[in-house]
Amino acid sequence: MSEPTDTPQSTETPTPPAPPTVTVAAPDTSSVSTFTVDAGASNLKEAVVGYLNKIRGGETGALPAFAGLVLLLVVFSATTKVFLTRGNLANLPTQAAPTILIAMGLVFVLLLGEIDLSAGTAAGLASAGMAITVNHGGNLESQLKGGMFGAYVVFMVIALGVAFWQRLWAFGGAIVFGVVVLLTHLGSNQVVAMLLAVTTGSAIGILTGYLRARVGIPSFVVTLALFLAWQGVLIQFLGSGNAIATRRFQYINALENTNIKPVWGWIVLVLFVGGYGGFTLYRSVKRRSEHLSAEPVSIVLSRFFVLAVLGFVAVFFLNKNRNTNSKGKHIEGVPWVVLLILILLVALTILLSKTTFGRHLYASGGNAEAARRAGIDVPRMRIAAFGISSTLAAIGGVVLASKQGGVPADAGGGNTLLFAVGAAVVGGTSLFGGRGRVRDAILGGLVINLIPNGLQLHPNLGASYQYVITGGFLLTAAAVDALSRRRQPT
Amino acid sequence: MSETPILELRGINKSFGAIQVLHSVDFRVFPGEVMALVGDNGAGKSTLVKCVAGIYPMDSGEILFDGSPVQVHGPRDAAALGIEIVYQDLALCDNLDIVQNMFLGRETTTPLHTLDEGSMERRARETLAGLSVRTVKSVRQLVSDLSGGQRQTVAIAKAVLWNNRVVLLDEPTAALGVAQTEQVLDLVRRLAHNGLGVVLISHNMNDVMQVADRITTLYLGKVAAEVKTVDVTHSQVVELITAGRTGNIGLKPAEAAQSA
Repeated sequence: MSEPTDTPQSTETPTPPAPPTVTVAAPDTSSVSTFTVDAGASNLKEAVVGYLNKIRGGETGALPAFAGLVLLLVVFSATTKVFLTRGNLANLPTQAAPTILIAMGLVFVLLLGEIDLSAGTAAGLASAGMAITVNHGGNLESQLKGGMFGAYVVFMVIALGVAFWQRLWAFGGAIVFGVVVLLTHLGSNQVVAMLLAVTTGSAIGILTGYLRARVGIPSFVVTLALFLAWQGVLIQFLGSGNAIATRRFQYINALENTNIKPVWGWIVLVLFVGGYGGFTLYRSVKRRSEHLSAEPVSIVLSRFFVLAVLGFVAVFFLNKNRNTNSKGKHIEGVPWVVLLILILLVALTILLSKTTFGRHLYASGGNAEAARRAGIDVPRMRIAAFGISSTLAAIGGVVLASKQGGVPADAGGGNTLLFAVGAAVVGGTSLFGGRGRVRDAILGGLVINLIPNGLQLHPNLGASYQYVITGGFLLTAAAVDALSRRRQPT
Repeated sequence: MSETPILELRGINKSFGAIQVLHSVDFRVFPGEVMALVGDNGAGKSTLVKCVAGIYPMDSGEILFDGSPVQVHGPRDAAALGIEIVYQDLALCDNLDIVQNMFLGRETTTPLHTLDEGSMERRARETLAGLSVRTVKSVRQLVSDLSGGQRQTVAIAKAVLWNNRVVLLDEPTAALGVAQTEQVLDLVRRLAHNGLGVVLISHNMNDVMQVADRITTLYLGKVAAEVKTVDVTHSQVVELITAGRTGNIGLKPAEAAQSA
């Protein structure tokens, strides 16, 4: 008994956090080879079989959303002549942008198995603050009567305190910026005013998250209450006026209504798709050479090829003149908001899949107890998720204001939020938590907005059809999610 | 054995309100050995484990690690000493793969603060290979795709990965079939073979007799006996568990009767 105990024991360093030379590495080197064959599929056929197995096992990924997109495209192009021709499709990105942005934020909340019903009205409220600020030379104080301005500042400062207390430095920094803008009237600058809206969103999210995570109110109730409350605050913000126009503010208006120059559209395409292809290819080759599990090069290349073709088609059509009045000004190019969404997609995807924060977010959503035992501060992750959700919602609110040319009293109300939740779920994000990606929001947002986009070409099919069809898609997506969950072994 | 125990508890007392759950319990684990901790329901096994883990504060008594007294005030203290507890419900994230689970909360990062997947995967692989784990097909499998035995393997491998010196396993075979139980018991033996101190908490006497070097029996919050497995029979251990004594081993007759 004593022989095996002595040797390994003596080699072990007494300092526990010592470098990871595992004491068990030595005894049976031949068995290391057991794991060299696990590097995943090595060729296309294996990969396809593996993918099919995954789908059968419930890991459907982007497939349902993609199928829905193709189905809608086929149906609409078959039933109307103008669907593909009149540049109708070119409106889709700007129509879908607010939904997509709000849904991108919701993905983070849904990942934790939570819901944020207030994201829509929070978006409206945040954009109202921006709209009033730019319209009055940055002086929000002069417009918010009856202590409302003071309440706004106090609200931001409380959120600031919570953010720093929870060591959410990025949020803290953002909210500090917002407070400074509020107090110094810097919001006369449009870009600063937009950032004020965004940081207001951060503050709203941090406090929502605090109520959920530390006070312990179920997220459905917290956000339902805030959904109602923000609507009221928004109306109070607008005062007697019906809506606050933002059309004349060049930068705010530009987001949804102007396009980048056609040549830049191509450059953006090359940068994003090329960059993605290059990165995934490099990763695959490098990992393979290091005997780590890696995606087969053939898969990486086919995915790159599909993306490149889709991107090419999209940029090609968006770069065509879509002004129906042939004598009018040329309307062509990729809308600015698409660039904004792409940048956020890349940044948030890196955050979710390449950082410790993202890993801990998935873990907290997959099994909160396991995450807690692993030393993850799950409530802090919740607050951060709500913070991200409302921050993204506020960006969506700014884009919505740009699209509508102003902030009406019902900005972000009605179905705005529900369509965004629908987009995330249709895209493949699970309502049960633990599963979802940022790109789901984009795919789902396109599907959800393609329905009204195509239906408006059928004058005899009214809004009733839009609701029923959208409902059907959502139901299908949720069913796929629930069934896939059931099929997984427990 | 002349060696110092890697983990030793002396005179642990613990009460919940008026009810004393642990009565001056002595418990020790030697490196390279499997110490079974057995006892009936309510004997205090879980409480003892949670005291070691730092989840429950002890009322009195001391913990010695490697012969020197240490303070364990929380799970982090226990982890810093190199004590790892594998709980019955495993605490793995279904939506993450094996590597991600093994490194959860202790991810290695690159200088750019992104996750260093390469080094994590390599180390996970080395650890599993070092434990001669052959039941897992790929270290990138999602935990949701694993069987109960494979999950247990991952949970134990996770404990080994971090250079832990004492691993406490809470009912590791309770939910497993025959073949999977064998695999896990094999793994338990290999942990000890690799020099770790292993504490096996189990209700299953066959498992205990098969892998343990020593057995500590708890009877109503007291240590009935600490015996070498070779010195006792199956039925003697059962008697220790149920009556607190057997023959001339165990609590004094009066004490056993009084406790009951």
